[in-house]
Amino acid sequence: MNTLDPGKEIKSRKKAGDIIFENITLLFALILVGLVVYIAIEMFLDSSESRSKFGFGFIFSQNWDPVKEDFGALPFIFGTIVSSLLALLISLPVSIGVAVFLSEIIHKSLRTSISFLIEILAAIPSIIYGFWGIFVFAPFMRSTVQPFLSTYFGFLPFFKGQIYGTGLLTASIILAIMITPIISSITRDVLKAIPVSQREAAYALGATKWEAIKMALLNARSGILGGSVLGLGRAIGETMAVTMVIGNKAQIKDSLFEPAYSMASVIANEFAEASGSLHISSLIEIGLILFGVTFIINSLARILIYSVTRKA
Amino acid sequence: MTSASIIKNPSNLRSRKIINSVMLTMCILAAVITIIPLLYIFFYTTQSGISSLNVDFFTQLPKPVGEEGGGMANAIVGSAILIGIGALIGIPVGILSGIYISEYSKTFVSTIVKFITDVLSGVPSIIVGIFAYGVIVIPMQRFSALAGGFALGILMIPTITKITEEMLKLVPQSLREASLALGVSRWKTTLKIVLKTASSGIVTGVLLAIARAAGETAPLLFTSFGNSFWQTSLDEPMAALPLQIFVYAISPYDDWHRQAWAGAFVLIFLVFVVNLLVRIVTRNKFSGNL
Repeated sequence: MNTLDPGKEIKSRKKAGDIIFENITLLFALILVGLVVYIAIEMFLDSSESRSKFGFGFIFSQNWDPVKEDFGALPFIFGTIVSSLLALLISLPVSIGVAVFLSEIIHKSLRTSISFLIEILAAIPSIIYGFWGIFVFAPFMRSTVQPFLSTYFGFLPFFKGQIYGTGLLTASIILAIMITPIISSITRDVLKAIPVSQREAAYALGATKWEAIKMALLNARSGILGGSVLGLGRAIGETMAVTMVIGNKAQIKDSLFEPAYSMASVIANEFAEASGSLHISSLIEIGLILFGVTFIINSLARILIYSVTRKA
Repeated sequence: MTSASIIKNPSNLRSRKIINSVMLTMCILAAVITIIPLLYIFFYTTQSGISSLNVDFFTQLPKPVGEEGGGMANAIVGSAILIGIGALIGIPVGILSGIYISEYSKTFVSTIVKFITDVLSGVPSIIVGIFAYGVIVIPMQRFSALAGGFALGILMIPTITKITEEMLKLVPQSLREASLALGVSRWKTTLKIVLKTASSGIVTGVLLAIARAAGETAPLLFTSFGNSFWQTSLDEPMAALPLQIFVYAISPYDDWHRQAWAGAFVLIFLVFVVNLLVRIVTRNKFSGNL
């Protein structure tokens, strides 16, 4: 060690500490990434029995018979897709309205408290939505909403048949309530990223407030699309609330009043009590499909959202 | 975007004004119908929960079917233990990876980590449950608190990572520069200046993750599994508050429903308080920097 050059020694000592610290944080960051990869691999391996037995037919088969050990995921895929798309359909216009209300209409002094209330909606545990769904919302659907729909829109195949209260429609509306805060907060963020000067220019041209807002919304559309896709991903993976109100019956029916089943719900209901290894393996394969779909959807959503908010 | 496509029929001012007020009213209406279910859930849970909440709820074990009374003491303690295990995993991974994303943000790896964090936060919690089942329950050949805590830990990571990153980014760059200019090394600056400045924000982020984990039910169904008795060893099935609420909620007994509402009230109260706290702390942060 060269004692005549203390500066050099300090420099090298500093460097060692920095390198160690950076690499420790890097290690933990890589653990995070590795975890996601590990989840995918683990589920792929654990579903091998079901994958080799049923192949791609698993996705298209409607049979779900633990006794005969014949499994197919179609009714669950159907239930998940219909309930979450319907939830998005209900939630999207409302969410955009909420975002516009919060960013353009409401007075500043009230904005924080109202947006806090809406954000709390996203933080309520899904088990409480489900519980409330069983005891308050499903009875309300049975006594009021569904009779109304079947009286006035009963000519449509979606609103026909026996009224149970629980079922596809009830699950969709609960999901819509749950994803509205997510979509509206992303929409607010992307609206913020649209320069105010654009709106000012619209006003200068004589646009009304709504026309200016509409222009901002059109310019923010890819970000709003991203928020919608994110909400869709949340709805697809939502488990407890859906399990409690969707009716849990593996069937594909036209009517939204009918009970259905979702991918996450069948895992929640049957996994702990699954009888044979093929049953468990099939449930894990459903989980693998769910993981793959939500992974792709979330990646897409993030790319869309980054593309708008980065510009700001 | 040209003015022609923004303003349709510019001469028809009357109809444009009508459309304007109709659309703005619809937006107000949207906000109202979003808040109604929140208030409904909140007040309904509070009303049904508070009336069922008593000392027994916090001190007694669940009673067998048919017997009135009893409580969820074991489930509350169980939830605390599960969250504790989760925190041991979630806090170090979350904070350190958050530091990496924020302080070494120019690397390609940090972009990937940031992206994967966002994606992980969207992975359904039940999937994490299956993962914990495959990694811990199968090798151990039984349901255990360890598996449940592990699942909760993974679910806590993205929340903590994200908040840590955002809180560190709020620390003014000049503070870092001042510390470096005094000859303090970069890692000490990060730990003793940057992290310390952001510590209150990070603590609330951790609380937020804990509040979220406290309400998670799906990943515990086949990891921690639930238990009706006192049980504190980590390699045995353990009760948890949301699991107990689920079991009681779908049961046909009124007394169990009553207790489930009490549990739901405890959860919603926790969520509300923690979110309020986060609001207050982060708002002070923002106003302090602007």
